[in-house]
Amino acid sequence: MKQKGKHYFADKDIQVILGTLLRVGVIASMIVVFIGGIIYLSGYSHEIIDYRVFNPSKTVYSSILAIFQGLSVLDGKAIIQFGTLLLIFTPVTRVVFSVFGFLIERDYLYVLIGLFVLGVILISLSNKLVG
Amino acid sequence: MIVDSIFVSMSVLLFTIIVLAGAFLAGLVGSLTGLGGGVIIIPLLTLVLGVDIHYAIGASIVSVIATSSGSAAAYVKEGITNIRIGMFLEIATTISAVIGAIVTVYINPGYIAVIFGCILLFSAAMMVRKKVDHSDDKATGVLANFFKLNGSYPTANGTVKYGVHNVVGGFVMMFVAGIISGLLGIGSGALKVVAMDNIMRLPFKVSTTTSNFMMGVTAAASAIVYLHRGQIDPGIAMPVTLGVLTGATVGSKLLVKTNTDKLKIIFAIVVTFLALQMIYNGLSGKL
Repeated sequence: MKQKGKHYFADKDIQVILGTLLRVGVIASMIVVFIGGIIYLSGYSHEIIDYRVFNPSKTVYSSILAIFQGLSVLDGKAIIQFGTLLLIFTPVTRVVFSVFGFLIERDYLYVLIGLFVLGVILISLSNKLVG
Repeated sequence: MIVDSIFVSMSVLLFTIIVLAGAFLAGLVGSLTGLGGGVIIIPLLTLVLGVDIHYAIGASIVSVIATSSGSAAAYVKEGITNIRIGMFLEIATTISAVIGAIVTVYINPGYIAVIFGCILLFSAAMMVRKKVDHSDDKATGVLANFFKLNGSYPTANGTVKYGVHNVVGGFVMMFVAGIISGLLGIGSGALKVVAMDNIMRLPFKVSTTTSNFMMGVTAAASAIVYLHRGQIDPGIAMPVTLGVLTGATVGSKLLVKTNTDKLKIIFAIVVTFLALQMIYNGLSGKL
């Protein structure tokens, strides 16, 4: 429970920043996905879909590097994946900001907790986890 | 199946339009009933459109990030979300979500469908049950104090304080919820509610908003694993995410002026059918 008024206001500020961050992240990534979707449909719309059996080798843009390479040639699928990446990193950025917030509040226990969560995300970024 | 023959040679354009419409409905109903879009879009993609469940899971998790982050944005500004509880429990959910996402590909798709069906049945039951608020302001244990989890939130009658109970039990339940989330590509809100309402005894408003707040980063942890494995196909993820998010946004606007009690009962019946179909298909090896 918050006894000190000062802490309460600091918490309040962080909440507003986090809220704005999440909103901007979701809207920005959806705009990118939408634009990518238009380009994708204009190029591939008459192709026949084939999603009956999961085949990892068919998904071209399955790494951050590949997505950026596809972006440079403005491929619709790559733009969609880039929007998805932006979306994935929206809540991750939220954790980064929370860590700074707790640092300002000198709540070092929660700085550690936030860093730990970021550590788990970093580990998940490793390709080796995928079988 | 007759359905198979209709959709077996669909063009990208037709597929996109059908999935967009279905995802919009999933998002709309998901937000009106509190069930979430993921648990509806996965049966739609697999049972109706014959999409492999691994692709459906990948697309669904992306839509979970979009809807949970979108609604968390609104809640967090109101000051109801308990950021400390959220971040503390994220330790459990991110680790377990990554584990779930790694393990999912080694499990027979049929079993995944069966687990999915069971979670669907459970979610339907949770949706229609009468909710009881167990929250109070009584003294709490050492852990809740050490992690500064006890909090307060604004209501019409002024600020209400609450104590957090059984931190260890809640943490373990959240770990389970994270595994399920990573395994099936859903937010697993129903399990998170059990952890927060029944075990940790948080007030409803705090548990719903905090669960939403955590869902984004939990889903992000497993989404990265899915992306690397190629489970996030842009052709499916695009219409699913855009559709579910739009539907959920419209739903949250309607929610203020609609009585959803009847809708929940009708929908619980529909979901029960979907769940049984998933379990049947899983057991008979059709998925």
